[in-house]
Amino acid sequence: MAALKGLITKGSLQKLVFSNVRKEFKTRIFARCSHFTYVPDTPKANHGETTRMNLFQSINSAMDNALEQDPTAVLFGEDVAFGGVFRCSIGLKDKYGKDRVFNTPLSEQGIVAFGIGLAVVGATAIAEIQFADYIFPAYDQIVNEAAKFRYRTGNLFDCGKLTIRAPCGAVGHGAMYHSQSVEAQFAHTAGLKVVIPRGPIQAKGLLLSCIWDENPCIFLEPKILYRSAIEEVPIHKYTIPLSQAEVILEGKDVTLVGYGTQVHVLREVANMAQERLNVSCEVIDLRTILPYDFETIANSVVKTGRLVISHEAPVTMGFATEIATAVQEECFLNLEAPIQRVCGYDIPFPHVFEPFCLPDKYRVFEAVKKVINF
Amino acid sequence: MLPAVRQRILIFPKSLFGSIYQANNYATEATFKTQPYKLHMLENGPSTEVTMTRDEGLQYYRQMQVIRRMETVAGNLYKAKAIRGFCHLYSGQEAICTGMEAAITKEDAVITAYRAHGWTYIRGVSVHGVLAELTGRASGCTQGKGGSMHMYTKNFYGGNGIVGAQVPLGAGIAFALKYQKKNNVCLALYGDGAANQGQLFEAFNMSQLWKLPVIYICENNGYGMGTSAERAAASTTYYKRGDYIPGIWVDGMDVLAVREATRFAKDYVLKHGPILMETATYRYSGHSMSDPGTSYRTREEIESVRGKRDPIFNLKEKLLSSGFSTEQDLKNIDSDVRKEVDEAAEKAKSDPELPLEELYNHIIVDPPSDMRVRGCDVTISAPTKG
Repeated sequence: MAALKGLITKGSLQKLVFSNVRKEFKTRIFARCSHFTYVPDTPKANHGETTRMNLFQSINSAMDNALEQDPTAVLFGEDVAFGGVFRCSIGLKDKYGKDRVFNTPLSEQGIVAFGIGLAVVGATAIAEIQFADYIFPAYDQIVNEAAKFRYRTGNLFDCGKLTIRAPCGAVGHGAMYHSQSVEAQFAHTAGLKVVIPRGPIQAKGLLLSCIWDENPCIFLEPKILYRSAIEEVPIHKYTIPLSQAEVILEGKDVTLVGYGTQVHVLREVANMAQERLNVSCEVIDLRTILPYDFETIANSVVKTGRLVISHEAPVTMGFATEIATAVQEECFLNLEAPIQRVCGYDIPFPHVFEPFCLPDKYRVFEAVKKVINF
Repeated sequence: MLPAVRQRILIFPKSLFGSIYQANNYATEATFKTQPYKLHMLENGPSTEVTMTRDEGLQYYRQMQVIRRMETVAGNLYKAKAIRGFCHLYSGQEAICTGMEAAITKEDAVITAYRAHGWTYIRGVSVHGVLAELTGRASGCTQGKGGSMHMYTKNFYGGNGIVGAQVPLGAGIAFALKYQKKNNVCLALYGDGAANQGQLFEAFNMSQLWKLPVIYICENNGYGMGTSAERAAASTTYYKRGDYIPGIWVDGMDVLAVREATRFAKDYVLKHGPILMETATYRYSGHSMSDPGTSYRTREEIESVRGKRDPIFNLKEKLLSSGFSTEQDLKNIDSDVRKEVDEAAEKAKSDPELPLEELYNHIIVDPPSDMRVRGCDVTISAPTKG
């Protein structure tokens, strides 16, 4: 009987240990899913009054400002009248009416083409594609119509007042059609502007710039930041210039270039490099992918001599390829080590093993070690 | 509507044979009347008088209950975070896949969109195969690589994630069947939301031009994501939207009407080319698990459909009123189904995941022998198999 009792106790203990291990495993999985730590930006003093907003709220605020200022501005897309699946347009239909904020059928090609038509007459068209992954039915309209309108009409016509918004990037569980980063697909097309913000303050200023820019813009919003990124965002309108990268952390040894969510990964890498290697990293947020700010990158590389570029999109023909090529063309003699790319795998975005496929901080950190030890 | 019941088995006095023979007291075949069909460019439509045997009735009942239970379990697994990704449930629409499968053969082809769990099961994948796919396990029907929206099996072409994109594929499948001189058809399904995608109309044109054996099926559940059909479509008579392609409207909550209309349609398309079916149905859940499904419709509306039009309840009434079975028989089926699905769910939670190296396979077939898939940086790469 005593032996039996012992067994039971032992069994319970094993169960307890196992359950703790499981708990820890779950926490680890969770930690791996959020593969970065968000560091909020601080608003500029001259942008006035601020309030706490997450990314979807700051995008809402930008569109609110745009609709308020410009009576020709309209906002449309799948379910946007109810706020959209990510709540970016919540409340705007009630405020500006169903003539200006409206749902479209599930018809991406139609949404973009309709927006081009609107914009060519002079209306400000803000089109939402529900996920960047769904943008491809509209690829022809974007690449062959929107991008070439100005050029092919000898500048007589254009659809510069068109802005296409779409959520992009990994979100922890999105699988093939809710996770893709599509910026490189559009960066290959002259006539477009492609922009990706890293947080709420940036998103509002950059989105307003896109809306008011006289070129068709694709504004890709890292969907993992919609709720997780929170900052004090100016409530009034302000813009952040397009095609200007930002040095968000100054350093002297290694240049780290990224955009969107990846900027936060790079920030952590810079901290790790400082603490563990005593290496000083300069972190650059590219912000606009096309046309991009080469100058800021080149100036940094001239200073550091080492470059690591990182994005979630697959490595082959990703935008890092363009940056690496241009830097070696322009700064060859300044380079102390081969340029490193730390990017997404060349596979369809998987349903299983997502954390494994992301260019996380440890992988970028290894690349930093490599360029330092070359 | 009272069913005309024919009893073909002699009823023996209970006292003579004891209760063991009670099973033989059931009616074996009955005729039912469906709601009238609506027709477009057709002089004659499917018969509104349909016959069902007891075996068929119990089979459909079981199949629909399996799908209902499987979806409930999938919803729970999703909430428990055992299922990641996007998950679109079929609850409410069971009569469509069940009725259609009963009217076609395993050699006929089916292609649908991302609300694919019910279809995957009815085409032959086990409940475990569906649920393990949802939980991302190697034992899933596509090895955990597809997830909710991407399930496949023989002559079931998925499982497609982009709204409307599967419909022209269906026309292509039908062309192949015709070209290979098979006496088979392709069912190409889409929702009322997808009915507004431009590529459908390209497919309609090609298939009519080439008289392809394709049945286009609009599963009209009333809502394209969060937008009601009326708000998204200039014409909600989806069965007429093939214009020059004949169409049939059918009550998608009645498994027998669906079966009868599909039999008619299969026969028609093999002789004349494409046809369009609109099956009027309803989804109880939101568009996906991220949509509670209550912001654009009322709870009363959902409850009213559950109370008055539910496809399982509809069939259950027929089974009982025609003397095919007793309440207790059906309860026994329900508890069997519950057991089967719950066991499959347990297994789907504990099965192993795919080995990591499988991530690199199935990208292209016959890759160059030295090809390696690039990973996050230059130090990472892996061989790939087709």
